[in-house]
Formats: sequence, C-alpha cells, structure tokens
Amino acid sequence: MISVARIAAVAHKEFLQLARDRVTFGLIIGVPLLLITLFGYAINFDVRHLRAAVLDEARSSASREFIAELEASQVLDVTQHVQSSREIDAMMRDSTVVFAVAIPADFERRLIDGQFGGNRPAAQILVDGSQPSLENVANALKQLPVFQRHGQLLLAPQRFEVRVLYNPERRTAVQIVPALVGMILHMTMVVFTAGAIVRECERGNLELLITTPVSPAELMAGKLIPYILIGLIQTTVIVAVGNALFDVPINGRLIDLYLAALIYIAATLTLGLVISTVAQTQFQAFQMAFVTMLPSVLLSGFMFPFDGMPRGARLIAQALPLTHFNVMVRGIVLRGAALTDLSPQIWKLTIFFVIALGAARLRFRKRLD
Amino acid sequence: MTADIAIRAHGLAKRFGTQFAVNGIDLEIPRAHIYGFLGPNGSGKSTTIRMLCGLLRPTSGTVNVLGNEVPRDAEIVRRKLGYMTQRFSLWDDLTVRENLEFMAKVFGLARPAARERIALRMREYDLGALMPQRAGTLSGGQKQRLALAAATLHEPDLLLLDEPTSAVDPQSRRDFWESLFVIVARGTTILVSTHYMDEAERCHRLAILDLGNIVAEGTPQQLMTEIDANVIEIMSEDTVAARNAITGVAGLESAAQLGTRLRVMMQKSVVSPQAVLAARLKDAGVTAQLNATTASLEDVFVAATRLRRAAAHTAGTAA
Repeated sequence: MISVARIAAVAHKEFLQLARDRVTFGLIIGVPLLLITLFGYAINFDVRHLRAAVLDEARSSASREFIAELEASQVLDVTQHVQSSREIDAMMRDSTVVFAVAIPADFERRLIDGQFGGNRPAAQILVDGSQPSLENVANALKQLPVFQRHGQLLLAPQRFEVRVLYNPERRTAVQIVPALVGMILHMTMVVFTAGAIVRECERGNLELLITTPVSPAELMAGKLIPYILIGLIQTTVIVAVGNALFDVPINGRLIDLYLAALIYIAATLTLGLVISTVAQTQFQAFQMAFVTMLPSVLLSGFMFPFDGMPRGARLIAQALPLTHFNVMVRGIVLRGAALTDLSPQIWKLTIFFVIALGAARLRFRKRLD
Repeated sequence: MTADIAIRAHGLAKRFGTQFAVNGIDLEIPRAHIYGFLGPNGSGKSTTIRMLCGLLRPTSGTVNVLGNEVPRDAEIVRRKLGYMTQRFSLWDDLTVRENLEFMAKVFGLARPAARERIALRMREYDLGALMPQRAGTLSGGQKQRLALAAATLHEPDLLLLDEPTSAVDPQSRRDFWESLFVIVARGTTILVSTHYMDEAERCHRLAILDLGNIVAEGTPQQLMTEIDANVIEIMSEDTVAARNAITGVAGLESAAQLGTRLRVMMQKSVVSPQAVLAARLKDAGVTAQLNATTASLEDVFVAATRLRRAAAHTAGTAA
C-alpha cells in the first residue's frame, strides 16, 4: 500500500535539507541565470566585428569605396592596414587579426574583366580557419552586395528571396534560450537527484530508511517531488529572463510549455534515478551524469542543427530526452505550436520514462546486498 | 513457534564472495530480554543483525522474527522493529525535532500521538534543550540518545542495536544502559552487539561470536562458571621472566599481563594447575605469588575465541 503521508514525509524532509544546503540551492537558481547570460550574450552565431587587416595595393577610389562598404557591413572592423602579404601572414599567425582582405593593384581592371566573362577574382579574402564558424562568414561575405555591385555594375540581378521564419532578425539568443531550458533541466534533474540519493547511501541514512516501513516507490516519489517543483521554477526563470533580456518571444501557450517541461522532467528524473542506483559514490554519480550531459548538448540540436547530422548521430540523438524536448520547447515558444502538435515527441519521452523507471525499479531494492 | 521467543534462527549463513561472514548459526532469543552479541570486529555481528531485519538475504538458513519469516515477511517485521545502525544514520542537516518528526511520520504515527510520543522521548532522553539544534552538531552521546529516541518512537517489539556505544564516553554508556533496562521492562526485546566486556556482562543472555560462528552461549553467569579453564593470577616483580618461565607449559591457554600481575588460563584437564605453574616458576628461579581466581567474561571470551581458532588452525594444517 502506497502511503501519501509517507511520501509527503520524505518530500518534506527533502525540502528542508535542500533549503539548508545553501550551495546547492544557490546553484539551482544561479546556474540558469549564469548560463542564460553567458549563452545569451557571448554565444553568437551571427558573427560581427571581426578584427581584419587590409592590404590595399590598388589605392584607388574604387578600392577605398570597397573597403568602406566592407566596414559598413559591420562584419569586419578593419584594425590594420598593411603593406605586404607577408605582414598578413604574421598577423594571422599571432591572431592579431582573424580576417584579411587583399586588394591587388589591378583591382578595377579585374572588376571590368569580370563583367565580360573574365574569371580572375577581383579581391582575396583570407580567413583564420582554425576557429569555428569564421569560414562560414567568409562564404557569406562573398554574397555581400558590395561584391555584387562592383562585380556586376550593370546587371544587378534579382536573386532568391530568403525569409527566416520565427526569427526574422536571425538572433542566436532566440534559438538558444528556449533550448537552454532543456539543457539546464537535464543538468539539475540528473545531477542533483542522482547526487541526492547517492548521498543518503554514502552517509548511511539509507540503511536506516530501508528498515522502516517506507517502500521504495514512496521513497523515490518523495525524493523526486521537490525536484519537479525546482524544474518548473527553473523553466520559469529561463523563459522569463530570456523574454526580458533577449526579447525571446513566447508565441505558444504557457500551459503547454509547463506540461512539456513536466514530461521532460519526468524523463530526466528517472535517468538520474537510474544513475543513483548504479553509482556507489556521489563522485561517480556526478561523472555518470556528465557522461549523459555531453552527447545531449552536442547531438540534441541544441547547438548544431539536427538535420545536418550523420545518420548514426541522429540515431543516438533519438535516445536522448533533450533531442525531443528541444523540438517541443522551440515549437511551443517560437513556432507557437500547441502540445497536441507535438505528439511524436510526447510519445518518445514517455517511452524513455517508462523504460528508465523500470530499470530503476529493478535495481533499487530495500536491501544492502 | 512459542510465544516467548522473539527471534529464532536456524543454520543462518551469509557468504560474501567466497568468504562466509556468518557460518551457519542457530539462535533463540527470548522475549523481553536483553540479548548480547559479543565478538571482535569481523565476527559476523553486524551481518547477523542485518539478516535479522531483512537488510541482507541469508545465503542459507531460516529466520523467524516476532513470528514472521524473514526476508519473506520483512515488511511486516519492519513495523514492529527499531534499528540503531552502527554509524549515526539520522540526518545531520535536520534538527533533532525534525529528525524525530520525520521518523514518527514514516512509522505512521498520527499527528497528536506523534507529538505526545516525541515529547515523551524528549523528556526520557533529555533532549529538550537540543530540539532546535542540527543533529550534525551533537556530541557522540547526544547523537546516540537521539538515535535511541528515534528507534523507539513507535514502541517497537524488538530493538536491534548494532554497536550502539562505540562512539560514546563511559558516563553516556552507563546512562544508555539504564535506558535499555527501562525499555526491556516494557516488554521490548533488545538485541545489542558490542565488543565491550562490561556491556556484555549487563545482558540477560549472551552469544559470543567469532569468525562467523557462535562459540559460546548462555547467561553471563553461566558462561563464567562453566568456562572450560582455570584462571590463576601470578604476582611477580619480574613479569617478563615469569611469562617466559611458564611459556610452553602443557595446557596453557593464555597469559595476559595486567599491571604487575599475569592472568593465566589453564585448561580444565590440567590437574592442580597452580602447582604446575608454581613448579615451573621455581625451576626458573622466579619469585612469585600465585592465586586461583574466578573467571571473568573476558576470560570466557578469550577461551572461547582461542579454542575455536586453534581448532580451525589445526584443521587447516591437517588438511
């Protein structure tokens, strides 16, 4: 017989301990705040203001206009004007600049040639390929109007129109902040619950607890309830701060967001539970939790688009709760989807929950051997 | 099952890997008694207690606790059981009151009853001033009083105490044993493990455990009078010479130094052991005074564990 009173007793005890443990409590609120500011401000996929060197051998009005237009795009900040390509090499090597533009002496000639079918490039862009994302910037820069205008003065063709839905200004924060909910919840639910349970084992509390009438199900439920609430608080903090600080819209219904969060919390909590039944010490529990953390961040579509991944990686990602939650949270928050539109994800998370709960239940015994 | 037996075990054994921690023991613990497990570390005391409350599954043998088969009916037994672990296992970061309230709720005490019981234990175990204090800040004796209060909140029929006084000063130990006699007078059966002789001597009955076997069992009085050895004290100026002189005497069980005395145990089979020892000492030119004395529980313990080990050793070398 499951006793609500005993579950309540365990949950109450857990709350008291959590409230006393100032460091843990601080981390639970502090980590979301720290990560959201970090990711919101620092991580920026629309790269701007790159330090650039310019080698202008043409020194013509056309080349000066070209440089001015490059700067006007805000992608580059020309910090160095150099006299030789050797200087560019040196500056690239010691990272004085990550970007360089070399304009040959016959710049204008090449531009005109280009209009009549010549295939000599008008100018050269050099990029520091040792750093992520910069190469993409160079490729994007190739399409900049400044090149088109100088290269095709007369034609000025009409190209495809690109419309970015849900995030017209292409701000990284809009993509990252909703996904942060999933990552932070994963961290809290898996790390803190696994740690909390293993700690009782380490301190010997469990030896006493299992000689009392508390059943394993009551014990687990009681220990997890506080973390469900904490998860909902964290969700609120992230979404609210994201909205206030980074103008991340909330297009869907809040109730759908909380329901999705609850499903995801259930899945990650049981993952933490499984870890707690395997780990012998808190240290092991933390290590195992981080082992589940890394693939979740890398493969879930949190940072890299899910559709661009190789098949194997996508298969692994299917087993990670964060993958499905990212689809849900971006759907609800950004695309204005309703929970009912997301039934495949709900199913997958439910299956994960059931399997993990079964594994935890099998492993958690009221015995020491 | 007779009503006056609280715990009955037959052929109880527990193997960890290839090692038997408990090696087929039989137990019969009468109700409303303080029953002691006396034994050195690693003798199987804790393992036995853990099997009795269903924490460990026996490798073989049967256990019946308060009329219930364990581990099958462990859940029923747990309602009637109070358990004090060897290590303090309440929550350091909860206050004394919170710990007691939690345990009361876990054992299903209704709110008014719980409040009354907590107040009662608070007075009994002198916890009043400590109630708002975190358990982690208590002294060894205070922690032990709290643990006992928590283990007896639900008035269990059986109290299992695993080395309850190992981290406690002598005065607290005395007080603790006074409380145990109060509890046993209410009809509770108490099983307590210890490696202190003075504690073992306070028990109604006693089992001496060694290497996973019960090597002696009975009331402390019985054990001391029925010991299979004679105890002789040798007083000498030169205890080292005296010890050297008697080494190798046939039937010598043990010789332990207590200040200027040597406490010597001789096997019962040796006729007039005092004369044998006196002759040896005289031959060696050691002046000494010999007294026959009554066996203490420590002697019983030493004799029981020694004999067993010697037997195990000869069996080992013979094989």
